[in-house]
Formats: sequence, structure tokens, C-alpha cells
Amino acid sequence: MTRETVRSTWSGRRQGDLFLAGMFLTPALLLLFLFTYYPMSVAVWMSLYGGRRGPGPWVGLDNYWEALTSPDFWMALRVTVYYVGGVVPASLVLGFLIAYGLHRIGPGRALLRTCFFIPYITSTVAAAMVWRALFNPRFGVANQLLLWVGLPAQRWLLESRGVLHLLSGGWIPEDWGPSLALCCVILFDIWHLSGFMVVVFLAALQALPRELEEAARLDGAGSMTLAVRIVLPAVRPTLLFLAVTGVCKTLQAFNSIYTLTQGSAVLPETQSLIYYAYAQFYEFGYWGYGSAVSVMLTVLIIGLTFLQFRVLDEGRRAS
Amino acid sequence: MNITRSAYGFPLPLPIRLLRKNAGIFLLYVALMGGAWLFCWPFLWMLSTSLETFQEAMAPGLGIWPASWHWENYVETWRSTSFPRYFLNSFVVAGTVAVAVTVSAALAGYALVFLRFPGRRLAFLVALGAMMVPFEAVFIPNFVLIARLGWYNTFAALIVPWCANGFSIFLMRQAFLMIPADYYEAARLDGCGAVRFLFRVALPLVRPTLSVTAVLAFLGSYNALLWPLIVTADGSRRVVQVGLTVFTTESGVQLHLLMCAATIVMLPSVLLFLLAQRAVSETMLVSGVKG
Repeated sequence: MTRETVRSTWSGRRQGDLFLAGMFLTPALLLLFLFTYYPMSVAVWMSLYGGRRGPGPWVGLDNYWEALTSPDFWMALRVTVYYVGGVVPASLVLGFLIAYGLHRIGPGRALLRTCFFIPYITSTVAAAMVWRALFNPRFGVANQLLLWVGLPAQRWLLESRGVLHLLSGGWIPEDWGPSLALCCVILFDIWHLSGFMVVVFLAALQALPRELEEAARLDGAGSMTLAVRIVLPAVRPTLLFLAVTGVCKTLQAFNSIYTLTQGSAVLPETQSLIYYAYAQFYEFGYWGYGSAVSVMLTVLIIGLTFLQFRVLDEGRRAS
Repeated sequence: MNITRSAYGFPLPLPIRLLRKNAGIFLLYVALMGGAWLFCWPFLWMLSTSLETFQEAMAPGLGIWPASWHWENYVETWRSTSFPRYFLNSFVVAGTVAVAVTVSAALAGYALVFLRFPGRRLAFLVALGAMMVPFEAVFIPNFVLIARLGWYNTFAALIVPWCANGFSIFLMRQAFLMIPADYYEAARLDGCGAVRFLFRVALPLVRPTLSVTAVLAFLGSYNALLWPLIVTADGSRRVVQVGLTVFTTESGVQLHLLMCAATIVMLPSVLLFLLAQRAVSETMLVSGVKG
């Protein structure tokens, strides 16, 4: 084979590659452009227009101004903060504790892990339907439990008053802190999300070198010291990953809030930002206003993700 | 012997000796089993309630043993609601999405790894960037787009927007990267074309990832609520998740039948997951924990 023929096959191959790459990438990239990138820019553009259920007049930044001066928007933001702040840390802690326990036992680990994971893999809607029945004020199990302990029955998912207000016997004002209804939703999502944390933490723990824990044990570290001082820092990248995905997941959580509270004229006290955007857009038909809210939510999600990477990365460099 | 002697001056019975020695691990097991019980209890309660009569179901209790066994509740749920239709819709939608996602991601991932062409890095960044865009950012304009296309309340609206996603492309790319580049070069020098290499060598090697991509896509589509809620208008295109939120039978909402419906809706996702559990968790960890 001469040098000439080699070169020609190579350039032929390059052209063939280009053609094939075009064929192979077009379906995926076209769909991504059409249903992800293009709508993302359209959302910003739509948020600058008014009108109901259709394109209206140009209003500039009025939609944003309206949102930022609307008590409903701030209520939704507050609900979102309570919700994310309640679900993510709690399920991280619970997930780590359970995973560490599973890590230390031998037989039965896989079975127990599946038990903890099941809430995460089932349909959120179906699981939330079950919880709705448990929290039902008339025939729910939650009130039955209170009855046995001798406490007054509660309205649970229908209760708009703050949980602090109820716990303090009315001493703390009603609108301080999350409502009892929101706390029920938070509890549901801790239950739902922890399994995911368990599985990912457990895999990270199993991947740690055996010597790490053995050496620490020989040096006389107790169980608590071992867990907090040795194991936890070793799985910090996993912690970062889970914190970021947890915040993203909960900021976008719609299914649980919708299913747990719909049908009972959703309380503003359980409306998160995504629910608020959905309601403004779909139920009331404010396309521009709904877009403005969803744009702000997107900025919040992306901003928080970057912030978390920053903070947790700094921590790693410092340690 | 020191082992049999105890502080009490006489040998303790074997179970107690074992317990004293392994008290820590024993307590750990108890705690974990208690936790697992708590996590699974709502499902057990659901199953038990689904088998009871209406009166029994309405009587609150923590028990998870049905007072009586009425399997016919499931038949009644299936017959007296539109769930058969919803199921058909859900399976058509999720099945199509699973196949389409797997095909589009496999082709794109293969191109990104093995083919040489200008703009390869850019194409990868485009796929990766799509992972960062939350659904909230796009659901309103997507709805408008669907409406303009005349797809409102059609299967196309439920399926087409979900036929490609950045995460699946990323997963497939990672899988193809595990195939040594030498295989590819050797095959090409022997005159094997890129397409033949894909079907004969590459795809069989990444089969686990292919099935994981399909399973995750199926579950994602099957469990989705917000999008189907927006783009469907009536029972003819309604999927099970939406159907469950508006669950009523001809005689109003009945708790025991509602629990039957919830069980039926959960069943496919749980079964699918249990079947694919090992492959799914391994793939998710390879791409997730390190990513």
C-alpha cells in the first residue's frame, strides 16, 4: 500500500465520520434544541408580555415587579425555603445514619436497603395518595395516634396555622414558621427522598478502603468519632453531590405538593414556587406572569447549585 | 475457661453470652429493622386497606393485617373506573419514550466517543448543558409550542418532548468510553465500518447501560405528573398518574378502592425496579457519585 492510498482512505474516513456524526447526533440535538434550549429563551421573552391565555401587550419588566410586590409570591418563596430547608438537611442526616448502619452490618444489608429505597422508586402520586389517607382528619391514622396519646385531633393537611403556633398552645403567632399542612408535606418528602440518600451514601461507604476504618479503630477511635471524624470527611464529595441534587429535586418538587393538597382548595400555606407558577399559568391563564415566576425559579435553582459547589468546595480545600 | 465464666460466678446461657458480646451489632439490627418497618409501613397499610370492605377501611387503625380479604376489590377498581384505558395510555407513552430515549442517546453517545468530526466538544457541551436546565424553565413555552403544533391532548405531546435528554446521552457516552479505543482502531483497519462496529461490537458491550437508560426513561415517563396534567384534557389521553389524582368511582371516592388503584399504579414501577435493581444502582453510582 502506498502512502497516497493510505492518506486517501483516511480523508475518506473523516468525511464518512462527519456524515455519520450528523446522522447520529441530529435526533438527540434537534430534540434538545426544540424542547429545552429554544423554550428556555422563549420563557424569558414570554415573561415580558401581559395578556391571558395568549400573547398580550409588551409590558417590559412589569411581571417581575408585580411578582416581587405580591404577597402571594413571597408566601410561595417562604414555603419553598421552609420546604427545601426542612427536607434536604433532614433526609441527608437520616440517609447518612441509615447508610452508616447498613454499612456496618453484614447479612441482610441488601434486603434492608431495598426497604429504605422503595419509597423513592414508587410513583410519588400513588404514595402521596396513601399519605393523604393517613392524614385524613376524619378516619386517618395520624389522628388515631394522637387520640391514643390523649392529644386533641388535628386537621393536618388542611391546617393553615403554623406548627409553632399549635405546639406553643397559641402563644406564638399563627403565621410564624411553616404551617402544619406544610410540615406534613415535608415529612412525606423526607420519607420519600431519604432512600435515595441511603443508597448513594452506602455505595460511597462501601467504596472506602477498609484500612481507613481499621486504622482509626486501632488508634482507639470510638464509633461516634469514627463516623464523624473519619468517615464523614471521606464521603464529602458524595455529600456535596447529594446536597446539590437534593436541593434541585426539592426546588422542583411538584408531584407531592399537588397530590397531597389538591382537591381541598390548595392552601397558600403549602404553595411552593413551582406550584405557584403552575397555578398562575395553567389555572388562571397568566402566561407572562407565570413565565416570569418560572424564570426567577430557574435563576434560583442554578444560582443555588453554583453556590453550593462553591461553599462545599471551599470547605474541602480548607480541611 | 474464661469465656464461659461470667462476672456472676456461673456460666451464662449461650444466647445471652452471644448477646452480650454482640450487643452493639444487635441493637444496630434492631434499629435498622425498626426503621425499615417504618419506611415500608405505609405500603403495608395500603395493601391491607385495599383488601378490606368500605366500613373496615374507614375504621382507623395501625394494623396491617386486613380484617377480611376481599380480592374482588381489585376487580371492582379495574371495572368501575377508566384505569384500563389510563394504563394503556401510560404504557404506550412510557414504552415509546424508553425506546426513543435509548436509541437517541446511544447514537449520540457513540458519535461523541468514536467519531472524529469538528464541533465534537461543542456537541457534548450542548448535551451536558441540557442536563442543567430545570423543567420549570421550559414547561410554559413547551406547552405553547405544543398548542401551536396542534398537539394538545395527543400522544405526540406526551411523548415527543421527552425523546432525548442530556443525562441519558451522558450515561451512554460514559459507557462507550469504557470500550478501549484500540478495539475501534483495529476494527476500522480491518475494514469494519463505523456502523457495523456500533451494532456488532459497541452495543453488545454496553448492553447493561442500554437497559438502565431504558428503565430510567420508562420510570421517569411513567411517574411524571405535571406535564401530562397540562397537555391532556380528557380520559382518552389521560395517564395513570393523572388518573389517580382524580380517582373517583361511579359511587364517589372509596378509600379501599383508592388503595387498590394506588397499588396497581405502583406495581409496574416497583417490579421494573426490582428486576433491574443491580444494574440501575451500579450505573447510577458510576455516573453519579463521581460526577
